[in-house]
Amino acid sequence: MAKLHVSTTINGEPTEFLCEPSQSMLDVLRGPLGLTGSKEGCGSGDCGACTITLDGRLVCSCLVLAAEAQDREIRTIEGMAEGDRLHPLQQKFLEMAALQCGICTPGVLMAARTLLEQNPDPTETEARFWLAGNLCRCTGYDKIIRAVLDTAAEMREAAR
Amino acid sequence: MLKEPHVGAPRSRVDGRAKVTGEAKYAAEFPAPGLAHGHVVSGAIARGRITGIDTTAACAVPGVLEVFTHENRPRTAWFDYKHRDEVAPPGSPFRPLYDETILYSGQPVALVVAEDSGTARHAASLVRVEYEAGAHETDLLRAREDAYVPPKRRSGISPPPKPRGDAVAALAEAPLRVEAEYRIATEHHNPMEMHATTVVWEGGGKLTVHDKIQGVLNSQGYICNVFGLSKEDVRVVSPFVGGAFGSGLRPQYQLFLAVMAALALKRSVRVVLTRDQMFTFSHRPETINQVALGAAADGMLRAIRHDAIGATSRFEDHQEVVVNWSGLLYHCDNVELGYKLAQLDIHTPADMRAPGAPLGVFALESAMDELADKAGIDPLELRLKNYAETDENEGKPYTSKELRAAYRLGAERFGWSRRSAAPRSMREGRELVGWGLASGVWEAQMQQTSARAVLTADGRLEVATATADIGTGTYTILAQIAADAFGLPMESVTVRIGDSSLPKSPIEGGSWTAASAGSAVQAACHAVRETLFRHARGAEGSPLGNADLDHVAFVDGRIVLAADPDRGIGLIEAMRAGGAERIEHEQTASPDKANQKRYSSYTHSAIFAEVRVDEELGVLRVTCIVTAVAAGKILNPKTARSQVIGGVVWGMGMALEEETLADHRLGRFMNHNLAEYHVPVNADVHDIDVIFVEEQDSRTSPIGVKGLGEIGIVGTAAAIANAIHHATGKRIRDLPITLDKLLERPPAERAR
Repeated sequence: MAKLHVSTTINGEPTEFLCEPSQSMLDVLRGPLGLTGSKEGCGSGDCGACTITLDGRLVCSCLVLAAEAQDREIRTIEGMAEGDRLHPLQQKFLEMAALQCGICTPGVLMAARTLLEQNPDPTETEARFWLAGNLCRCTGYDKIIRAVLDTAAEMREAAR
Repeated sequence: MLKEPHVGAPRSRVDGRAKVTGEAKYAAEFPAPGLAHGHVVSGAIARGRITGIDTTAACAVPGVLEVFTHENRPRTAWFDYKHRDEVAPPGSPFRPLYDETILYSGQPVALVVAEDSGTARHAASLVRVEYEAGAHETDLLRAREDAYVPPKRRSGISPPPKPRGDAVAALAEAPLRVEAEYRIATEHHNPMEMHATTVVWEGGGKLTVHDKIQGVLNSQGYICNVFGLSKEDVRVVSPFVGGAFGSGLRPQYQLFLAVMAALALKRSVRVVLTRDQMFTFSHRPETINQVALGAAADGMLRAIRHDAIGATSRFEDHQEVVVNWSGLLYHCDNVELGYKLAQLDIHTPADMRAPGAPLGVFALESAMDELADKAGIDPLELRLKNYAETDENEGKPYTSKELRAAYRLGAERFGWSRRSAAPRSMREGRELVGWGLASGVWEAQMQQTSARAVLTADGRLEVATATADIGTGTYTILAQIAADAFGLPMESVTVRIGDSSLPKSPIEGGSWTAASAGSAVQAACHAVRETLFRHARGAEGSPLGNADLDHVAFVDGRIVLAADPDRGIGLIEAMRAGGAERIEHEQTASPDKANQKRYSSYTHSAIFAEVRVDEELGVLRVTCIVTAVAAGKILNPKTARSQVIGGVVWGMGMALEEETLADHRLGRFMNHNLAEYHVPVNADVHDIDVIFVEEQDSRTSPIGVKGLGEIGIVGTAAAIANAIHHATGKRIRDLPITLDKLLERPPAERAR
């Protein structure tokens, strides 16, 4: 079957790629586009390691067809820092030891950023349930939640 | 004024930036020109043989390069010992695509290699395999009848100690007795990163291999032995490992398949397993424990018997230390411990976070709780009463043991004294509240490890050893140790690990990496210091004069007199004075054999758990865990706390969620995905508090470290199960404790 030509925007950059009709967004990100920050932890939408946003909406990129990216806006972990300046969540994750092996980390950060964009002042329970679809085997989660809530407080303070 | 050292301070992960930005590269992410992709075809039966494989349709798919099966695979080494890796248990190691024999369900039966991964995956679905099935057995409850004492012990795994006293007679005479059977389900490691290997064909027969492995030298040795390659031609490089928890101790079959394909096709090949294939190799063996405790009316232990049966494969005797803990956690004169294996048609189990310990300790610590109930004694008091001052298995003193302090500090933080003794006596609204505790224990070890340190005239320091960082924090603690040796900022230190060309290190496991690699790095740095110091003293007009190394300090990139820190010489100046552009030393750190002979070394913990159980629905939450850990010196409270909390949540998983369920008619694990194999998620976790108990230990390792990777999980499941009993009055002896078991009336009684 002929490959599809897709024009999209990834992390603010207009991007074009060719893909098979059956290829997942995750495959294209990690393969031809070389954006390996999004991880494959299951390929079935169970673990959240491949979390990206599509027009601002959180999705598991393993469950999105690459062709669906046509004329959409994609954000991945590679676009989270601004140049050398880490996003406040990235900085806080680093300082508060909210990461260990690093496989779930990009997905957790993408999900946490979207949470704070939609709800700048989440309760602990809200944060825990929002991030319940991002599995982590190393950290025991505690530090992730503390880091998200601390970042939220700091970002609120900074926005005042 | 000497600055605060890095060691002991809560430093952030030096590899953190690479991980929060997605830049860190893992085994499946290294690019290679002309990379081909392999997809594994998994076998469908549990036992029997392949009678035919039809690869015609798969081979006909455009882009498919080759389909490898047992019929056309390249030749590999003949002898078993060539297939044995560094940590293989006794037996005959599994050989992928070896012949038509099927040894377990999910066994790889073919590898499809194509120009891209999608094509390989599609073509793999077209491979037709015909089987002749034989009778299989995957049910441990049936196979237990044929359990046997493993004839050959696994290296590094102590068999049960010889009996002491007469446990049978003492048990018969004991006024208080607890006898019960405790079972722990099969679990799978499920690190978030799937097992993967990228083999880069460098030309001229040379390979660079990026493998998901906890010890690059183990992969290198295995490949060289199996394929008859020279170590000069195979370099294994794995700077980052996305979790492993033991699944990456032994080289797994994707490594074999990727190297095989690369050698045959003479090009670069990557093989990534799928999540369901992550259930087709290593796992924690299902284990049955029978425990009998006898005690005097005041709770003093008179007899301990503990017999365990663990599952293993038909081809290897995987062994763990399951029962020995029962001989050393408490003082008791009459102890008899036994450990057997039962063979099933499964892949060989593997070490999984604290192999053995959480299984046996769950049984012992549950039984102790039952004994406390029977004796009418507070469970904490019972443990203090029976406290073991020495290792009675070996008859040796401990290098250090601050478990008593751990009990006290944990109980204070948790508020244990406010516990009301009777089950079902604490509640809040619809929820029953239960408080339980348990002890944890893990052997503290150090392994011989080599490291290199290189100081260059630009003031940078590089330290290197072939160990791994599987998310534990190895990079960070090694940077701390190295920086302290020279009074340098951590930013001046580069740590290189995960590369088989670096100085020799054992696999990363057993909680020994900090003690071992840390001691080796320190030794190498100290050797560099000596050379540097000679240069410094020899410098013209050196302020160090005749001072010896013991009387100087390395501060802020300078060597200064400890008594007069204003007098000193810069590191770079000292190197220039000696005409040295670089100072390089390699050192090997080994455990102290004399100490090992005289002392036993263990880490300990006291775990306190609170659960809340909805009385009508049985919905259960672990609302608080306090764990007090005595593990010698803590190099970095930040990474240390991470390790322990991670372990605690593994204990929660073991207690409540993790279970790989087999359909014994098919002989296959059925819930082979992360939707149905439940691990704790963010929403399951509430307050977890870690206390590090002050513990001085100069005998386990030169740097005072005892290790932390495993201790967090050991005992946690027991503390939770005991809390559940306290909340509900139900004693559940089968892990995990799922809703159905909680709601069952009357509660399943396994007590004899």
